[in-house]
Amino acid sequence: MTTHYLILSGLLFAIGAMGVLIRRNAIVVFMCVELMLNACNLAFVTFSRQVGNLEGQIIAFFVMVVAAAEVVVGLAIIVTIFRTRRSASVDDANLLKY
Amino acid sequence: MESHIAEIAQHTGGVIGLSWLMIAFPLVGAFVLLVFGRFTNRWGHLLGVAMSLASFAVAVLAFFELVGFGEEQRRRAVHLYEFIPGMVDMGLLIDPLSISFALLITGVGSLIHIYSIGYMSHDEHRRRFFAYLNLFVAAMLLLVLADNYVGLFIGWEGVGLASYLLIGFWQFKPSAAVAAKKAFVVNRVGDFGLLVGMFLIWTTFGTLAFGELQPITSENPTTLAIGLLLLLGACGKSAQLPLQSWLLDAMEGPTPVSALIHAATMVTAGVYLVVRSGAFFFPEGSGAALAVAIVGAATLLAGAIIGCAKDDIKKGLAGSTMSQIGYMMLGAGLGPAGYAFAIGHLITHGFFKADLFLGAGSVMHGMNDEVDMRKYGGLRKLMPITFATFFIGYLAIIGFPLLSGYFTKDGIIETAVHHQPILGWLAVLGAGITGFYMSRMVFMTFFGQKRWADDAHPHESPSVMTIPLMILSLGALGLGAYLVLSNRLLLFLAPAVGRPEELPAFHFTSTPGLATLALVAVGAAFAWMRYGRAEVPSVQPRGSFLTTFARRDLYGDALNESLFMRPGQWLTRLAVYFDNRGIDGIVNGLAAGIGGSSGRLRRIQTGFARTYALSILIGAALLTGALLLVGNI
Repeated sequence: MTTHYLILSGLLFAIGAMGVLIRRNAIVVFMCVELMLNACNLAFVTFSRQVGNLEGQIIAFFVMVVAAAEVVVGLAIIVTIFRTRRSASVDDANLLKY
Repeated sequence: MESHIAEIAQHTGGVIGLSWLMIAFPLVGAFVLLVFGRFTNRWGHLLGVAMSLASFAVAVLAFFELVGFGEEQRRRAVHLYEFIPGMVDMGLLIDPLSISFALLITGVGSLIHIYSIGYMSHDEHRRRFFAYLNLFVAAMLLLVLADNYVGLFIGWEGVGLASYLLIGFWQFKPSAAVAAKKAFVVNRVGDFGLLVGMFLIWTTFGTLAFGELQPITSENPTTLAIGLLLLLGACGKSAQLPLQSWLLDAMEGPTPVSALIHAATMVTAGVYLVVRSGAFFFPEGSGAALAVAIVGAATLLAGAIIGCAKDDIKKGLAGSTMSQIGYMMLGAGLGPAGYAFAIGHLITHGFFKADLFLGAGSVMHGMNDEVDMRKYGGLRKLMPITFATFFIGYLAIIGFPLLSGYFTKDGIIETAVHHQPILGWLAVLGAGITGFYMSRMVFMTFFGQKRWADDAHPHESPSVMTIPLMILSLGALGLGAYLVLSNRLLLFLAPAVGRPEELPAFHFTSTPGLATLALVAVGAAFAWMRYGRAEVPSVQPRGSFLTTFARRDLYGDALNESLFMRPGQWLTRLAVYFDNRGIDGIVNGLAAGIGGSSGRLRRIQTGFARTYALSILIGAALLTGALLLVGNI
């Protein structure tokens, strides 16, 4: 049973990672990051259930809190960039380089 | 063996207890004149003369107090202060040797101070000149009065500094600036010898005080090494071979400087050093003493030969100074028998050479500072006092019977013939050459046809210059007889330098003495034929190979240049090349390598967020893979 959950978690993480790497739209990239975080949450909860204590589930809550905070800041940044540059593409925001 | 040297007695009170005033007076003079600068311009020269005279007065009083003691108590030490705790106590040693020097330095020094008032009257930096002269007198007195080698060395360096400042006094003349530098550098070589010699004395005997060193009777390798190192120091300061080259160039300084420093006093410091160290490191018959005598004999010939070819009156006198100090060194290398004559010749030479130099200065003063003797001629009627005093100095230096030089130089020659016959007969030959070149100088300057430049108006110098000349020529007349006859100086110096087994008696008709007189007469006659009777060309003729040899200072400069200067230059060039290519190459190469590689490395920062995400992913995957591989997960 655990294996199935872990495979699902792995799939979700892979999809999220692939999305971060290949999508240009900042909102989509952002959603993919959320997907990766939640894949991790799923793995935590699964192991928590198998081991039989609550530590994994507590960590999952922590991850959710962090994710929520990240959304707040991240979305604000994306909106600001969009307002100034009329673009939500992550490749357009490339001034900070060598 | 010679009788022992008297013990040094501690002394307090009296004039001797105040003998530090001798040094303090001129030092204060130099300080005031240098620190208060232009404010002292109007009366600075008078202060300088007053300080020198005050010093002379103290020296005379100290002399009479010293004579009041019994012969064995005539070495008085005055403790001043602890200089280097546990190592050197600074004190003054007032004994017959040092007081003789002090009297010569302050006496002749004061006369030259007075003369300088007139000689430098047209120089806008006269005040600075007197400051340096006072500084010199103070340093020279410290040199001869100090009771240890450290004090002597401080004075030694002090006179070197004063000499440098005064040779380069007219520093707007490049030749003067270069000559000053040359004197300083050549003296460094000698100072190196003195310094290493002092180190050796300290490590071997554990003391640097004259009073604590023990006289030796036979030498060992250590004392021989110390003796030779001290001789190197003496050679530098006294312009003896092989460190003679600076003295001729030093004539770029004002003439009173040449008279005081480069004839009468400073250049004799080497003789003082040898005589003062004589009992400790130059015992009679030792290798070190023989080296001193050989150096002296070689230099007296070299200086005389150089003197024969110079047309510059001061350079001719400088060659003669080298030669006469060579005589003193020869005497100082003969043990206690020679010391008295060496010091006696030093004192009489101080008078007649200062007389000659100041006479030359007086001639130059009247001839628009012309120094070329080929532009003189027939000056004896226009400058009667200068001529008379110069002529007395001339007779004294060639050893005309009964004048000063006759007694002291003849004493050295006879002692040398007795102890070192070969060197002694070389000294006789040197006396003959002296007769030639000094006569040449007198004939070219005061006799013969006028060969003056058109704008020259020769005139006698003011009395402030001629009176010192007269006093000095009195010394040149009678001092030698006073010092040498009945061995006055020898007996006076005996407590300080020892006494020979048998006292020398002065013979007026000894073989070396008569030979000397004959050779001098031949030399003078030859000079009369060439420069007195015959017309002197006012342009320097080409001259033979020998003349060129002497004119070029026996190729001393060329030798120094090819032996030391060129290899030194190559060495510096090699060092510069190594520094540029080697050291700088490594440092610059390292910096360029790091800069270049980091320039390429920063291209990784593309600015695309997704690239960074990919590298993070790859990193995480690699890390996980590695952990899996080692099986720690």
